[in-house]
Amino acid sequence: MSRFRFDLLLLLVLSLQLSPALSDLIISKLDRRIDLTSQIVRVTMTLKVENTGHDPVSEVSFTFPEHQANNLALLLAVSTEGKGKNRGAATNLPIGVKQPNDSPPSLVWYAASLPKELGKGESLNMDVLAVFTHSLRPFPEKITQAEPQLLLFQDSAHFTSPYNVKVQSLTVKLPSGNVESYTKLEKTKFSGSEIKYGPFENLPALSYSPVIIHFPSNKPFAIAKELVREIEISHWGNVQVTEHYSIIHGGAQSTGEFSRLDFQARPEVRGASAFRHLIAMLPPRAHSIYYRDAIGNISTSNIHSDSSKTLVEIEPRYPMFGGWKTSFTIGYGLPLHDYLFQSGGNRFLNITFGSPLFDVLVENLTLKVVLPEGSKDIYSSVPFPVKESQETKFSHLDIAGRPTIVIEKVNVVPEHNQYFQVHYKFSNISLLTEPLMLIFGFFALFVACIIYMHADLTISKSSSSYLAKLQWDEVQGTIQQLQDIINRCLLIHDKLEASLRELSRTGDVQACKAVRKSADSLLKDLSKELKPLLALLQSSPQAAHILPKVEDLVMKERDLQEKILLKHTTVVDSYERKSMSRDAENRVAAIQQKISALKQEVDDLLDFVEDI
Amino acid sequence: MEVVLQSLNIPLSVETVCVFTAPVFSAFAAWAAYLLTKEVKGTGAGLTAAVLLAMVPSYISRSVAGSYDNEAVAIFALIFTFYLYVKTLNTGSLFYATLNSIAYFYMVCSWGGYTFIINLIPMHVLLCIVTGRYSSRLYIAYAPLVVLGTLLAALVPVVGFNAVMTSEHFASFLVFIVIHVVALAYYIKGILSPKMFKVAATLVVSVGLVVGCAVIAVLVAVVASSPTKGWSGRSLSLLDPTYASKYIPIIASVSEHQPPTWPSYFMDLNVLAFLVPAGIIACFSPLSDASSFVILYLVMSVYFSGVMVRLMLVLAPAACIMSGIALSEAFDVFTRSIKFYITNLSESLQIDAGDAVPGNGVSPQNDVLKTDKKEDTLKERPSRKNKKKEKETIEKPSVKSKAEKKPLVLPVEASFFALFLTVLLGGFYVVHSVWAAAEAYSAPSIVLTSHSHDGLHVFDDFREAYAWLSHNTEVDDKVASWWDYGYQTTAMANRTVIVDNNTWNNTHIATVGTAMSSPEKAAWEIFNSLDVKYVLVVFGGLVGYPSDDINKFLWMVRIGGGVFPHIKEPDYLRDGQYRIDSQATPTMLNSLMYKLSYFRFVETDGGKGYDRVRRTEIGKKHFKLTHFEEVFTTHHWMVRIYKLKPQKNRIRGKTKKSKSKTSFTTTPRSGTTKKNPWH
Repeated sequence: MSRFRFDLLLLLVLSLQLSPALSDLIISKLDRRIDLTSQIVRVTMTLKVENTGHDPVSEVSFTFPEHQANNLALLLAVSTEGKGKNRGAATNLPIGVKQPNDSPPSLVWYAASLPKELGKGESLNMDVLAVFTHSLRPFPEKITQAEPQLLLFQDSAHFTSPYNVKVQSLTVKLPSGNVESYTKLEKTKFSGSEIKYGPFENLPALSYSPVIIHFPSNKPFAIAKELVREIEISHWGNVQVTEHYSIIHGGAQSTGEFSRLDFQARPEVRGASAFRHLIAMLPPRAHSIYYRDAIGNISTSNIHSDSSKTLVEIEPRYPMFGGWKTSFTIGYGLPLHDYLFQSGGNRFLNITFGSPLFDVLVENLTLKVVLPEGSKDIYSSVPFPVKESQETKFSHLDIAGRPTIVIEKVNVVPEHNQYFQVHYKFSNISLLTEPLMLIFGFFALFVACIIYMHADLTISKSSSSYLAKLQWDEVQGTIQQLQDIINRCLLIHDKLEASLRELSRTGDVQACKAVRKSADSLLKDLSKELKPLLALLQSSPQAAHILPKVEDLVMKERDLQEKILLKHTTVVDSYERKSMSRDAENRVAAIQQKISALKQEVDDLLDFVEDI
Repeated sequence: MEVVLQSLNIPLSVETVCVFTAPVFSAFAAWAAYLLTKEVKGTGAGLTAAVLLAMVPSYISRSVAGSYDNEAVAIFALIFTFYLYVKTLNTGSLFYATLNSIAYFYMVCSWGGYTFIINLIPMHVLLCIVTGRYSSRLYIAYAPLVVLGTLLAALVPVVGFNAVMTSEHFASFLVFIVIHVVALAYYIKGILSPKMFKVAATLVVSVGLVVGCAVIAVLVAVVASSPTKGWSGRSLSLLDPTYASKYIPIIASVSEHQPPTWPSYFMDLNVLAFLVPAGIIACFSPLSDASSFVILYLVMSVYFSGVMVRLMLVLAPAACIMSGIALSEAFDVFTRSIKFYITNLSESLQIDAGDAVPGNGVSPQNDVLKTDKKEDTLKERPSRKNKKKEKETIEKPSVKSKAEKKPLVLPVEASFFALFLTVLLGGFYVVHSVWAAAEAYSAPSIVLTSHSHDGLHVFDDFREAYAWLSHNTEVDDKVASWWDYGYQTTAMANRTVIVDNNTWNNTHIATVGTAMSSPEKAAWEIFNSLDVKYVLVVFGGLVGYPSDDINKFLWMVRIGGGVFPHIKEPDYLRDGQYRIDSQATPTMLNSLMYKLSYFRFVETDGGKGYDRVRRTEIGKKHFKLTHFEEVFTTHHWMVRIYKLKPQKNRIRGKTKKSKSKTSFTTTPRSGTTKKNPWH
């Protein structure tokens, strides 16, 4: 309370001290409306300025007491020419801080420069919007779960204008018809949810009349202590927005017990000051929306989307009571073509500045715009003053890093949610850098593998193990060839057998003999080929342990060959003689028996050799 | 690794690493299973085993993405160590033996279950020696492992000198001696003539017996002098399943340490449970060193899994390997018979086409008959006129030889049908594994879901509570809860806890257990002495979440009572029954745990206080807390957080007076007056 009182005292003193108006401007009419329905205090003023002096005036000044000016988030002035129906186009007036030398302390001056000078006797209509944060103080500062939240608002019934004001009035809009107490001046009217002060007439410059309003309000008091918005542009078609919030309920501190039972049974009464969810309005066509915090996905959220917007209802993990904190991250993707445009050789990103959450005050906003690697000539244009710097962000497959514009601003209110632009130059070829890098990387990897597979990395060419390996390779090659030959022999055997079957069917002895002849010559060739291989195997020490098997195989095969030839001869002979003697039949049977036995053995041995 | 990736500008967060560690290692484990089974039974069995292991629900429970557990790594290390052992056994290469010791070291680093390896391998060695399978390869496989492995294991801080001091490792040293004696015996046998050897043997055996007895006596004396016989509590509870519940309630209190039920075998192994016996049979034909090792591994792990649910994890790879062998053998037989049938069919078709003799071999008879037919058609041609007699004489040996070579040729219909059934079985296994992975093991245990008629309902109470703690309490506040929630509180709420999942100090846990089982004032004193600000309890009575603190409470009593004898378990039981209804003992109803769990619970359902987990009305319904205050309760009441009320102010009367003057103060707490700047 003490600081409060001090302020009032000071201002009263000031108003007494201050010399009359600085210039010859007077405000002939001033209507002020203060909106207290949310945690952000919005003051709209409609005023008419008249020049009564001789010199033309190019600026109109507004003053705010310092404690208000500190909380001033936004000040907008719009001038309209003409009157009534033929009001001209509204023009935004540039506003700057302009502290005159003889200003009393604890007053901050803002000057709006007029589009054209205001001549003698001329008048001008202006609309002014001032947005204040932190102007509502919870009182009492600590409440229990069951109590409603009461807020205290203080201002002056008279606008502290540096000019004389002829007529002025003030309307304060409250969230409900209830009010705990309010300062009653002589002209005060309370009706519905509005308190009206005035009209006051012929007030001197910087007159001051304190007004205090104490009223209940359970509007959400969500304050984002810190918001980091990261907007990352990918020229492959996506703008990724990631927002890290750390939110506090900035209203009256909750004290005492929190009973879930009471909260669940009567949430309107026991927990009226708490808020359960926040609503974010994302642009249309936002996709891949997520809502999470440090310990994972938060499963309590809803999305409603239509063609003009995407509404995300996000519910923190627990209901937010006064003083409770939470933090979370929202992320979503936006289609690139909606936000990135080209003008000349330049590209520019056109996207909203502030947080998409409704009615959330952001105390510290850090906005990072991450541009693709290789962007040049970067600059940004924001419609209000901000702190700007540049840094580099490294991400996947970056070489030089991605240029990042960092914009910082304190006390961001929903009114700041305007479009801003980031201009940069970017060539389309840079787009292909990363895929090409990947392609070359993998290509190099495969080439390296191929080279490694083909290179002989043996250090010592004369080491025994290396030689042994070479020999073993040779032996294996030989065995492979040997196997080949034997398989071919077996094929020929099959042919012979087939010719016998043919013979029994057709009785064509000549054809059978022809087959026999060719088979004989082939077999001879094969046995010739076999000899050097065997010799090689015998000479190689590596093959010593498999040699007996191989020799056995060759022997068996030769045996088989003989038997088959014998059988062939016998059968053909008997056919030539047109009769099969009993003796011959028995002989064939005996041979056949041996052949099958031998075949079996050869097969087994072949299997074994194959395993080598 | 991270440095390399960072330098390549590939950001790799800790979370990513944690999430992907387990799946990556499970892939390694499947690869190791392939290698091991390949060494035992060939490539086909290896591949099948790897496929099975890749899906086995038991291992999925530890290796889903995000389950950052050392067991996922340990199972890979276990299988890989076994593979290297078997590989050494098969090749006799010292290179693999060295690798084996290193793999063993890795296993020691990753999991306490390494004692399984260091006991299983000696057992196998002993088995080989006893069955007369001693070879130099066995020696190479074993001796370096013991020497190098023990040395390396002693480097691990947790193990240290335990590697040579505790009984878990004695078996390996004993077998180490035995294998040397046997090696010596074989060597002497080699250089001496049989006669001389006999003489020497009797001499050595008599001397050796004396020395051996002396050594064993010393060992026994040393071992017996320690109270636990040199075994750690964990191992003892494995050897004697009743040990833990008698002496170490803290081990027995973990649900994972309970013996499994039959359904859990089916849940975790599914069809593998039925395929394992077939695999064992396949391993016996023929029995090699490697296959005997696998059998031993299986038998031991079956026993251990019977003691503790947790060790189902060790059984799973063994079961996969066995089933892999069984399946691949089965496939082998079936496909071979089918292939056999098809080659015969094509041959006979050829002949028939040339022959134009109908019905001579195409008839779909069974395969054995087919063979006959083929032989017939082949051999009867040359001597067609009087074939009958001949046929019989020729056929018999040939059929016999065929039968000798391929004793397992089944009828083709049967093999087709069996093949179909086997594939179906495999299909069931896949379906079950996917289901189990999706339903039972993928969901994080911290987020619970339930299906109701209006869709999925999510119970995210734990994270709600942890998030609240992390944002709305002071950074250095300490939170007391039962140790199950220790890690979670540390990680998610970022608050110091009194006991957590890795608290080795039994007294710490017992202190918290005692506080929970004490009446409010005594509990307040204990917690206050521990500088605890908040107490967290898990309560499932409102929504029916069964593993809450009331159900764990008896363990708190037991563990607390184990250290502080004034807590007696019978005080909490009525006629040996644990109950919380009106029949419950006053000690129970006055315990802190009861009060914190059921504080104002009765008001939720209009004065009945029906607990949905215990399915009963609670005993004491209306009570107030004097030393604790409720500061947070989650949406479904699953987690309740209480704050210790500050100590009563001795000059309370004075503050009261000053308070009566203040108009706006709403709480009767003394601190608020000073902080309020409005006065």
